[in-house]
Amino acid sequence: MSRDERPLTAVPGWIWLALAACLALQLAWAGMRPGMLHRAEDLPPAPRLVALRLASLGEPEALARLAMLYLQAYDLRGANDVPYQDLDYQRLVAWLGVVLALDPKSEYPLFSAARVYAEVPDPAKAGVVLDFIYREYLKDPNHRWQWLAQAALVAKHRLHDLPLALRYADAIDRYTTASDVPLWAKQMRIFILEDMNELQAAKVILGGLLASGAIRDPAERRFLERHLEGLEARQVGQANGGKMSRP
Amino acid sequence: MPAVAILARFVLLEARRSGLPWLVAASLAAALGLAAFVSQVALTESIALQAAFSAALLRACAVVLVALHVAASTVREANDKGLELMLTLPISRSAQYAGRLAGYVALGVVISACFALPLLLWSPPAPVELWAASLALETAMVAAAALFFSMALVQPVPAFAATAGLYLLARAIGAVQSIAASPLAEPTLAHRLARWSIDVVALLLPRLDAATRTDWLIYGAPTASAYITALAGLALYSLLLVAAGLFDFHRRNL
Repeated sequence: MSRDERPLTAVPGWIWLALAACLALQLAWAGMRPGMLHRAEDLPPAPRLVALRLASLGEPEALARLAMLYLQAYDLRGANDVPYQDLDYQRLVAWLGVVLALDPKSEYPLFSAARVYAEVPDPAKAGVVLDFIYREYLKDPNHRWQWLAQAALVAKHRLHDLPLALRYADAIDRYTTASDVPLWAKQMRIFILEDMNELQAAKVILGGLLASGAIRDPAERRFLERHLEGLEARQVGQANGGKMSRP
Repeated sequence: MPAVAILARFVLLEARRSGLPWLVAASLAAALGLAAFVSQVALTESIALQAAFSAALLRACAVVLVALHVAASTVREANDKGLELMLTLPISRSAQYAGRLAGYVALGVVISACFALPLLLWSPPAPVELWAASLALETAMVAAAALFFSMALVQPVPAFAATAGLYLLARAIGAVQSIAASPLAEPTLAHRLARWSIDVVALLLPRLDAATRTDWLIYGAPTASAYITALAGLALYSLLLVAAGLFDFHRRNL
């Protein structure tokens, strides 16, 4: 595409000036305009899956990820101190759901739900996201258990809702059958029961786990055995304390 | 009649004698037909749906038709040596470039007016007029970009691809900047460089997402300041493209 060119001196002076002035004006104009902010209230309702699939033009994996980038820009730098807390969470989970339905293997929606959107200080909003994670987990327990495990941690440590955390931990133990699921995920409910002071239930589950032979690592087995002994000791201590306190 | 006006008239004459009027008519028929179809299947907001759907489709058609026509016409004339013949005439290069561009801008104005007319079926006249004026300026900017790339690249496909790329990037740059500003991403050097690069590119682009907006038609006219700001940005960028085109044309050795 090379071509002969006349020297720069062939260009009239007024064109040089016009080009420089227009370029300077464009830079100044573009530099002055405010950046585009996606405010929380601007988040539109989630599109229908059919519409999103049509818009993907046969590239649902790419569109699902682009849609997540689009979604995460909302309420990111608004007037609020904590990002995402002003979003309409019913709309948000509708978006997350439709993006996940577009590409069910993508981990982005559930990662964002568990690690970003569930971290808001509003317990009601966090609860909406945790419920979304639970519903989506049930559709594919062997591949989505880690997000429900994260949801259980959020329920336990941030929301201080131990029954909810126990429900999620129970679900992981019950529905996740993949062989590559680590035992800590399966054992979560033991520690939650312990935190709930349900020592007998925790002891039964832990004893059953040890007796089943599922734990092959000697160090892990020793750790859990010591933990079981600790539980038994606490239970005995509680029983003695209860007797002593009676009149 | 001044040389600029004569050249502009020839450009319009060429457009009238090509298949462009038929393409404009086909675009109108397609937009009206599809709008009628989607209104039949809509559960609610059928009027707004027709207005929004037709406006978005006609805006895209106007931009594509103008860009394709300018690229094809300019490159054909260059290949037929018509440009060399024109340069032998006692008309300055600036007048030749301006005359040609004036014709294409007038063509964009005519197409914008044709495409705005059916929108009066669903929206009040005032927002439709604002929409049409904005589309006319948008097509003028596209014509200036297509003429610049056609003169510089002298091949229709690269010229159209460059024009379409510039247009799409200008439509999306606001959203791209917003996404790039995400603090969720790791604040690495690569991320900072990427963000900085996007900000620099944004300085060199107009904000087309603020112009010819469909929401003017369905939710009412924009504020005067927002409208003037959007159109001033388009006008300024068109002038920049004209200056760049003139610069390139004056350096060209035919």
